[in-house]
Parts: sequence; C-alpha cells; structure tokens
Amino acid sequence: MRTKPAPELVRDPVAPAEIVRRILIHLVLLSGAVVFLFPLIWMLSTSLKPPDEIFSIPPKLIPSTFVWENYTKRVFEIVPYGRHYLNSIIIVSISVFANVLTAAMCAYGFARLRAPGRDWIFGVFLATMMLPPQVMMIPLFIGFQKIGWINTWKPLIVPAFLSGGAFNVFLLRQFFMTIPRDLEEAGLIDGCGRITIFARIIVPLSRPALVTIAIFSFMYHWNDFLTPLIYLHDQDKYTLSLSLNLFKGMYISRTPWGPLMAASVMMVAPVIALFFAVQRHFVEGITLTGLKG
Amino acid sequence: MSGAGRSSARRREALACYGFIMPAILFLALMAVGPIIASFVISFTYWDVMTPPQWIGLENYREMFFHDPLFWKSLWNTLYFTAFIVPLGTIVPFLVAMLLNSRIRGMPIYRTCFYLPSIVPVVAGSVLWLWILNPDFGLFNAVLGVFGIEGPLWMYSPKWSKPAIILMTLWGMAGGPNMLIYLAGLQGVPRSLYEAADMDGARWFTRVWNITIPMMSPYFLFTLVMGFIQAFQVFTQAYVMTTRGDGGPIDSTLFYVLYLYHKAFRQFEMGYASAMAWVLFVVILIITGIQFKLLGKRVHYG
Repeated sequence: MRTKPAPELVRDPVAPAEIVRRILIHLVLLSGAVVFLFPLIWMLSTSLKPPDEIFSIPPKLIPSTFVWENYTKRVFEIVPYGRHYLNSIIIVSISVFANVLTAAMCAYGFARLRAPGRDWIFGVFLATMMLPPQVMMIPLFIGFQKIGWINTWKPLIVPAFLSGGAFNVFLLRQFFMTIPRDLEEAGLIDGCGRITIFARIIVPLSRPALVTIAIFSFMYHWNDFLTPLIYLHDQDKYTLSLSLNLFKGMYISRTPWGPLMAASVMMVAPVIALFFAVQRHFVEGITLTGLKG
Repeated sequence: MSGAGRSSARRREALACYGFIMPAILFLALMAVGPIIASFVISFTYWDVMTPPQWIGLENYREMFFHDPLFWKSLWNTLYFTAFIVPLGTIVPFLVAMLLNSRIRGMPIYRTCFYLPSIVPVVAGSVLWLWILNPDFGLFNAVLGVFGIEGPLWMYSPKWSKPAIILMTLWGMAGGPNMLIYLAGLQGVPRSLYEAADMDGARWFTRVWNITIPMMSPYFLFTLVMGFIQAFQVFTQAYVMTTRGDGGPIDSTLFYVLYLYHKAFRQFEMGYASAMAWVLFVVILIITGIQFKLLGKRVHYG
C-alpha cells in the first residue's frame, strides 16, 4: 500500500496573510531562542577570553584572541578541579547503576509478583513522593553521624541502592505491566527462576524505560548540591557542584570568572552531550511525569 | 496441581516478591517512615548532637512563632519568591509551548534552544547568573545600558536580590519540564474543537480562552501543585549566589530551607530545625489541599 503523501505536497497555495503570520512566528521564536541561549554563549565566551577582556566595558561577545589557558591550566590551579571531576564521575556512576538496578527490581516485584500487603506497601511508597526531603534530612544526618559516615561518600552512594525513590519505580512499573505475561510464563515452564526471568526477559525488553530512569538518575546525582554540602567536609572529597561553589569564594576581592566559567562549561558539557545523544528519552520521560500525575 | 502444591507455589512467589521489593521496603523504613517519626520527636527537643537531647516540649515552636524574626523573614522571602515564580513558571512555559506548537519549519531546532537552559545544573546556572548580573561588568546591565536604563545592583541590593533569583530560576523553567508537559497537552487537544470555533468566526484570544485553557486544566493543576512544592524548597540558587551561602544582603534571600539549613548545620540546633521542617511539611500539605479543593472542581478531564 502506498503511504499518504507528505502534507507539504498537497497543501493549498499559501495565502499572503498566512505567510506574514509564519514570518512573525519565526521572528518571535528566533528572538526568544537567542535570549534563552545567550547566557550559555556568554558562559563559553567568558571562559575563552584573555583575563583583561573579561572586565572590558562595554562587554565583548567574541574574544579578540581565544585563550584556552582557563581549560588547560587555570581551572586546575585554583581548586583541585580534576579531582572533583573524577569524584563526581565515580559517585554518579555508582549511584546511577544502583538506582536503575534496584528501581527495576522493585518495579518488577510490584508489577508482576503477588504477595500479601504488596499493594499497600506500594501505596505508602508512592505517598513518600509528597514528602519534602527536608523533613527526613536531619534524622538521616544524625543517623549517618552515629555510624561514622560523615565526611565520606557513603551517605551519597549507599541510599542510591534503595531504588532512588518512588518516582523511578512508578515509571518502570507502568512499563513492565505492558510486557505480555506469556513471555514470563514460557520461562517459568522452562524452569527458569524469577531472577533469570527478570534478567533475561524483563530487563532486555525494557531498555528504553531503563534509559529514561538512568537519565533522571544521572541528572539528579550530577546536579545534587545539598547532599554533598551536608556530608562532605574535606575539599579533596568534593563533587563538581561543591567545586563550582568553592571557586566562587576563592578570593575575597574578586571571583575568578574566567576559570569559573570554564569549570561551568565542563560541568554542563556532559549533560548537553547526553541530551543530544538520547534526546527522545529526555522528552518522553518528562512528558510521562505530567500525564500520569 | 494439588492444593498443597498451589499454596507452596504461592508462598514462593510471595517470598520472591518481598525479595524484589526489598530496596523499597528498606527505603520506606530507613529513609522515609523512620526519619519522619524521628524528626517529629526531635522537634520537641533541644539537641546540638554533641550532648544528649533535652526534652523541651513545644518550646521550639513557641520560639519560632513568637520570638524569632528570622523565621518570619525567611517565610516572607519564600512567599515572595513563590508568588512570582509559580505564576511566571506557569504562564511563560505555556506561552513558549503555544509558540512551539505552531507548524513551521525548523521547529525541532527552536524546541532544543528553549529546552537547553532547563538541563543546566542549578549550581552552574547560579554562578553563570551571578556573573551576568554583576553590577559593574555583567552582561545584563550592559544590555540595559544600551536602552539607557541604569541597571540595579542585583545580588548586592536587598531590594533586587530576590528578583535576581526569580529571573535566574525563570530562565531555567521557561523551556523546561512544564513547557514539555503543556506541549504534550496542546497536541492532545482535538483539532475538531478549533475547527468548530473557526466556523463560528471566533478570534484567536477567544479560542485560547474558551478551548485551549479549559482543555489544558489538568496539566495546569499538576504543574501548579508541583510548582508550589518546589518553590517552597528553593535553596541552591540562594546558597550559591550569596556570600558563603548566608542568604544576604541583609537576609533578603534567606529562604525558608536556607534558614533551616543554617539552624541545623551551622548552629547545630537540630530540634529547632526539625520543628521548622515539620512546619514546612504542614504548610505544603495545606496549600496542596487547598489547590485541589479550589481548582480540582474547575478541572476539565477530557
């Protein structure tokens, strides 16, 4: 069967009023896009300027010469930025892995396995989404202090093994419920255990949903500021978000804007790269949040 | 299968279920229910973590409501922020979504441009805006200068520090999750409704007011409720954009959660901070309840 021709090909001749309307929309969108992107361009521009040009009046958009020194040298001299970058990569990798694994486990249990009290537990678990984290923050801090975890990465990493919260589990559960039961039953008849079914059937079929959860988890842990702020004291244990804040207060008289903007670019870059790599998952995941809410 | 066999299979399934949902059960016990109860109990004590807690009954709450001007100041700052960011964070993303819903060439590029600021980490966005809003060398005041306007001192002025944080937050919100939610909603409005309105000769504004907005009401309710909850928890921007996170100048950006943080982790008044957390919790519950009650009836579930 032939597919329908693209709408462009059969469109009526466009009326002049319609052309004017479209040009207007383009103009509004274009100026809006410039306004929204300008701060990011400014970040990049500041990070590449020679030091004296940063403070030129009026400000210059394009540096007279591109200076790479902020990226290659300065950013690592002012604070141990390389160390902080590595710390963030380690903490975030473990946390994302832990979130995805345990959220998928829980979602499978809630979606497919029957047990007394299961739906009741799920209801209470979902309700925790409404709790402001500040209410739990203080007892958690005291608890972690009692077991000697202050100034270690453990309070950042270990809780990630507890599913990463109700929202991830909820999204995955919705997805798992769409997987036909026959596949699982075939596995059961073949004598597979639940763990094998989970690992060999459910997980491979759910890759898109798992990627969405992984993105949420990555964004959360990469951006998190309050948790490391509370628990980490030694500078060599800092994460990226604490590192940027440290830069800002490094000199009393003047913030080192050039290196700080270079550091910011380096923190933003992986997020933007990830966005372009898996754009579809970003948008779908967020839209789901709204639809199911 | 015999009855005994079936029941043992059922028992095995239940055990497997508890095994799989164990992270959630542990989360509930260790990270939610346990801490919530603990926090309620701690709120009736004086506790500096070094020495044992002392039971002081309602003293923390009494101190908060009757003797602590900073509590009221931080509440006022938070209400100010909320009063601006919730409406702006609804209207601006909605307008952006309407624009991005037009059928014209290059739309994916426009969508990306508007979306990118929302994925910038808040800390990076905060230091960036601190630089842009620098009164002497910042980009923003330079642009205002082109139009002959003398820009304010922003984060150095108690009058302009909150607008500065609102501006920065709005930049991150305008093309963000709310916009995507509205966009998805707009795409779900049946074309036939608009066509009927076109036949009646309805104007653009009438169409938006009578068709689009009512059809979008469930999405508005959702984003409003979430927006309030998030606005009340504003913290990172104020911490990063002020000197040593002190919420200055003269406490003008000392938001509720920032003050709670100071109490808990700078002055180590765990009892007082827990009482503040509980007040926050109750305020959020009440406002969410009111929103559902007032708006819930007007929501049109299509």
